[in-house]
Amino acid sequence: MKITTVRRINQVFFFVLFVWFCIAATVGDKFWQIRNWPINWFLQLDPLVAIGTIFSTGKFYWPLHCALGVVILTIIFGRFFCGWICPFGAIHQFVGYISNRGKKAAEKIRLNKYRKAQKIKYFILFLFLSMAAFPSLANSLQTGLLDPIPLVTRSFQLVLLPIFDRGITSNNARFYEYGWLILSIFAAAVLLNLVIPRFFCRFICPTGALLGIISRFSIWRIGKNKKECINCKVCEKACEGGCEPAGNIKIAECVLCFNCRDDCRDELIAYQTIPSLAGETQVDALRRGVLLSFASGVLVIPAVRLAGKTASNWYSGVIRPPGALAEPEFLKRCLKCGQCMRVCPTNVIQPAGIEEGLEGLWTPVLNNRIGSSGCQLNCVACGQVCPTSAIRPITLDEKRGLGDFESAGAIKLGTAFVDHGRCLPWAMDRPCLVCQEVCPVSPKAIYTKDTFTTVRDGAVSIKEIKDDTIEISESISAGKFNTGDYYILFESGSRFKISSNTAASIGIFRSGERSVSEVKIPSAAKAEIQVLLQRPCVDIEKCIGCGVCEHECPVSGTRAIRVSAEGETRSTDRRLML
Amino acid sequence: MAEPNQLNSSRRQLLVRGAKAAASIAAAVGIARWLYDPKGPSGKIETIQNSILKGLPDFSIPRKDGQIISIVNGQDRIKTATQAIELLGGIERFVKPGDIVAVKPNAGFATPPILGATTHPDVITAIVKLCYVAKAKKVIVSDNSINNPASCFTISGIGKAASAAGAEVVMPKDSYFIGQTLAGGSLIKDWPVYCGPFAGANKLIGIAPLKNHNKSVASMTMKNWYGLLGGRRNLFHQDINGIISELAMLVKPTLVILDGTETMMTNGPTGGSVSDLKKTNTMIASCDMVAADAFGCSLLDLKPADLPYLALAQKAGAGSIDYESLKPVRAGMSME
Repeated sequence: MKITTVRRINQVFFFVLFVWFCIAATVGDKFWQIRNWPINWFLQLDPLVAIGTIFSTGKFYWPLHCALGVVILTIIFGRFFCGWICPFGAIHQFVGYISNRGKKAAEKIRLNKYRKAQKIKYFILFLFLSMAAFPSLANSLQTGLLDPIPLVTRSFQLVLLPIFDRGITSNNARFYEYGWLILSIFAAAVLLNLVIPRFFCRFICPTGALLGIISRFSIWRIGKNKKECINCKVCEKACEGGCEPAGNIKIAECVLCFNCRDDCRDELIAYQTIPSLAGETQVDALRRGVLLSFASGVLVIPAVRLAGKTASNWYSGVIRPPGALAEPEFLKRCLKCGQCMRVCPTNVIQPAGIEEGLEGLWTPVLNNRIGSSGCQLNCVACGQVCPTSAIRPITLDEKRGLGDFESAGAIKLGTAFVDHGRCLPWAMDRPCLVCQEVCPVSPKAIYTKDTFTTVRDGAVSIKEIKDDTIEISESISAGKFNTGDYYILFESGSRFKISSNTAASIGIFRSGERSVSEVKIPSAAKAEIQVLLQRPCVDIEKCIGCGVCEHECPVSGTRAIRVSAEGETRSTDRRLML
Repeated sequence: MAEPNQLNSSRRQLLVRGAKAAASIAAAVGIARWLYDPKGPSGKIETIQNSILKGLPDFSIPRKDGQIISIVNGQDRIKTATQAIELLGGIERFVKPGDIVAVKPNAGFATPPILGATTHPDVITAIVKLCYVAKAKKVIVSDNSINNPASCFTISGIGKAASAAGAEVVMPKDSYFIGQTLAGGSLIKDWPVYCGPFAGANKLIGIAPLKNHNKSVASMTMKNWYGLLGGRRNLFHQDINGIISELAMLVKPTLVILDGTETMMTNGPTGGSVSDLKKTNTMIASCDMVAADAFGCSLLDLKPADLPYLALAQKAGAGSIDYESLKPVRAGMSME
């Protein structure tokens, strides 16, 4: 079998495996659901994930150990990851191949020649790494914006699969805000292959740049095994890296596609331990450009932080999932990969926009209007799948403040606030109380202030009282007061619960022994129709900010009870309680 | 020679072009005619229609005096539920060979069975097994949960118990809801109701835990049907008694089971702590929902008058509050 065939089988295999792990990131116990599938394996292999978090946190988080394997193998063999494993690379190679199939050899050689702009990816890499590297100035991890594994994971998990998975991996539609932006970037990266094959890999990919640097001392490398050659350039016809193997090979650009070795009719190209006999050029990045991108990176995060979004100007709509680290630490680790948003069984975790500052783009935030019921009390799935522990893998006991965590108390995501201008019992004198009903903590964090209020035009004058029925002089709307929430209050102070009403009479529930006709009411007495309102109030000590009240609130536009991040336990400066 | 030929050919071309143009004009006019809308949109809100799904049929069976409601005391839910049905004449009275039985538990919350916010899996096990003893063709267990349905069925243990006993567990889908209007009702008007999983079933058994509930005072067998409502059903909290009594008219089950083995006395309907529960060791099976719920009040230390929806449901003909008049069949299991 030809080595390029082996490579193609590998690429298909790893691509299918990648899609499979994306599908398997679903909570459940069926064979295709999360169970023990290593759904983060590609993210863990990605050396930029490991090195980015090392730069930002100073530590090598243990689940990322696979990346060390990739680094070691790259030092020995070169950029095999790009040409053989990367699922995004496989997509680019496939699309590039399809779009250039019919072209003439000369045209293909022109398309696959080395371009100076291929240096840009090194500048992107240095920009991202310097953004991550200086905690004394302010740093955060932004590699995930363009790192191919988080990018392709996010695109599949938040856009491509949700479009197609209805009825397959989820019964109902899943929603993701900013899906259009994620799709636009993915589509642009894929469609650029129509202009130049592997456009993203050659010009943009910071992981490719990193591997290019690492492969500098690789033991085996592609190159010419003889000096003499008719210079037909057939070897450059299908070159994936744009590294020009016919002449002075740009070795850092080579993605080990082996097409050159396959295409050379005279077998002048080999994978060998000596550098190409036609000469070899190392990473071709201008020192000035590298310094410039490095310096810009150092300044970017402090400049973004001038908005104060991680300081006093923090945005209270940014409610992080349970177990999320304090904001500056969180931003040092989050890859924006979307795994937590995919696995969340209620779909409440959403990719953020730029509300909390540019750094927070696509980081996970809770949107209680989306999803099936806020953050579920007995669920810690998001922390379990987070590849970098930006959301810690907490236990249920820790989330709920049980067992060993009793003294620490439950994790609070924020606090629910009742909007008295929109709440039905507070603003409209209507009974409701859905929020109190669905509050999952015990004792409930939502309690009520029960008040009797006279309804609009509720003053009536009594004509006659017969058994349990009161005849009145005014005309009222028939059936309006028969919900069990309405009462009639006599001037004497006695109050009776209304069972039903017609336009001219009011029926009363007989409470125990006493019937309304036994109450001595002077003729033509005045009375008032009242409603018993159970007005919801939030106990900030009990509320965990899960948002189920906000989700279930019947005021369906801007909800009358809303969670905001004040009181979240992950930070001390946002607390509410003493 | 050349010129006449050219002329001929251009004349032929003109004819062909003319024919194509005529066909195109005909097609344009045809399409315009076909799609012509002389009225414009009516502005009426479209309701959910489904050509296959029908509403909920009447699942009830003929009454037998003295075998309407049974009350069994005991701790073992499997035994008490089995015994309660035995006292009403045995499962064969309710399920005939070949029947498709739908079971509606309360699977509203993703909480473990020990917290009592959902139907206990043991009751599901008992009922599903009994249905198969009576040679039911299929048993379907489904609910339109408040929390994420898959999590609810998993964490409550209902999913596992139902599957283990051989029932099919059905998760809600948007397409399972159809607009329903209750004749004589004022609230259920073109409202999406969860009918899909029950299409094709000819028996319906409701299984509810016994819970305190702030707005409606108590959540029992009639409140359990709230789970069939779709849409933004929480609007109905503005008239909770009205909606429960309308549900009692809309849904006509074969049998309801009220599990008062452990009653949620406080913090309902979610509970959240075992301290919210009280051991009341009672299982009720009933063909009369109003009677079952009226009896259930006593376990919550309430009187039927505390629940306005009972009076409304009785008035609407859904059953009777005076359960003693139905001569409940009682039994006590030995407290092992």
